Amino acid sequence: MIHLQDVSVVYPAGTHALEGVSLDVNAGEFVFLVGPSGSGKTTMMKLMTGEVRPTSGTVQVNGFDMARVKRRNLPKLRRTLGVIFQDFRLIDNKNVFENVAFAMRVVGAKTKDIKERVPHVLELVGLKGREKRLPQELSGGEQQRVAIARALVNAPDMIIADEPTGNLDPVKSLDLMMLLERINEMGTTVVVVTHEKELVNAFSKRVVSIEEGRIISDGSDGYYAYE
Amino acid sequence: MNKFGYLLKEGFKSIFTHGFMSFASVTIIMACLLIMGSFGLLAINIDNMIGDLESENQILAIVDETYTEEEARALESQVAAVPNVTSVEFITRQEAMDDFAEQYPEKVFEGIEASTFRDRFAVHLDDLSLTAETSQALREIEGIAEVSDSLEIANGFVTVRNVVSGVSMVLVLILVIVSIFIMANTIKLTTYGRREEIAIMRMVGATNAFIRFPFLVEGLILGLIGAVLAFFIEWGVYDVVFDRIMAGLVGNIVEILPFTTLMLPVLIIYLGIGVFVGAFGGLIAIRNYLKV
Repeated sequence: MIHLQDVSVVYPAGTHALEGVSLDVNAGEFVFLVGPSGSGKTTMMKLMTGEVRPTSGTVQVNGFDMARVKRRNLPKLRRTLGVIFQDFRLIDNKNVFENVAFAMRVVGAKTKDIKERVPHVLELVGLKGREKRLPQELSGGEQQRVAIARALVNAPDMIIADEPTGNLDPVKSLDLMMLLERINEMGTTVVVVTHEKELVNAFSKRVVSIEEGRIISDGSDGYYAYE
Repeated sequence: MNKFGYLLKEGFKSIFTHGFMSFASVTIIMACLLIMGSFGLLAINIDNMIGDLESENQILAIVDETYTEEEARALESQVAAVPNVTSVEFITRQEAMDDFAEQYPEKVFEGIEASTFRDRFAVHLDDLSLTAETSQALREIEGIAEVSDSLEIANGFVTVRNVVSGVSMVLVLILVIVSIFIMANTIKLTTYGRREEIAIMRMVGATNAFIRFPFLVEGLILGLIGAVLAFFIEWGVYDVVFDRIMAGLVGNIVEILPFTTLMLPVLIIYLGIGVFVGAFGGLIAIRNYLKV
């Protein structure tokens, strides 16, 4: 799934975002990527989605060599991923159904398949009956579920979530994380980038901690296990 | 077809979902076309008027007075053969006198015989700037006694025409550049608000072509609408101005081309520019958001 070997990323301004990072995530795993802001978590995530290229080292995601992948092949990589953001990133003037269907349109799915698949995914994330609503008519938690449905609809190999609970209250956050856990149990690899200690510690999952661009711990003992 | 239809619909829909920006783009395309078009039409009319005046300008080749009318008429083919001569009209002594008599009070001509005048050819030229050379060639014909070529007037026309076409070319060029600049910025502004949407499309794995297509459709349609509106406004305004001028005093002197004779080229040029600027503008505007 993900294979990082001695990866460094230096931004043009000279910032060393990552230094000598090595990490493997296998199919079917659920991994928390944790660390304070500015630690390099977001850069790690961008390496996986192809928004940032490694300055040195090897990055492989779902079989794509991210240091060498051609720009025109990035869409192919991204179709194997489902990405979820802190700010949901829904299209304001499309309703819930269209926001989810949109991801299928992009890959050239048939209208018939879209009409079958989208309601199924919306039901899975608990949004049945909300198909016609516009994003601004939904709560934050519901909007994030739409984003998860959009990430899931093409049955990706892996879901990457960047601070998915950042804009949600603790109860909604827990609900959302349980939804991601369920999705993982159904076979999708899940990588969650976060800095919320309580949330991470509520699940006994693999936790990779990053600080100042380096991995400082990797285990199943919860957040800040090294403290 | 499924995907194509969807993209076409998306492009069409976004014209309405971004109503104000569409309105702004159409207005800008329309305004630019109207300014360019009006100036172009003005230049065409000025050129046409000068052309009319030019064709009325003629030079007179006067036949030697010892020639009889038959002998004089025999020279016509030689005169017509001179390069740059478009038409030749033989004018007899009697006709020449009648012409003069029409222009001046009759008393002046009392007691004057037609034989006082000489037979002559009224010669029209193709290119007025070659008047001097043509006159010289006419003088060299055996039997042509004199050539009156009003060289100053001919040169005047040539100068005015050169100035008008030079100035209008420069102005139209400036207007085109300014229009494209304004257009590009307007569309950039309209797409700035949609960079988020584009980022989302990229993140779910849309190819650049998939992202571009609706923008292309949208730009094309907006360009077309702007062009058609500009065409009808231009038509209306032109007709009003045309009626005013032709009804007034100036109408007796100059002739303005009616819009109907110009409308096909105007429509084609408007549609061409509208579609090009719209589609091209749509593509340039999202270029920056398609990197990575």
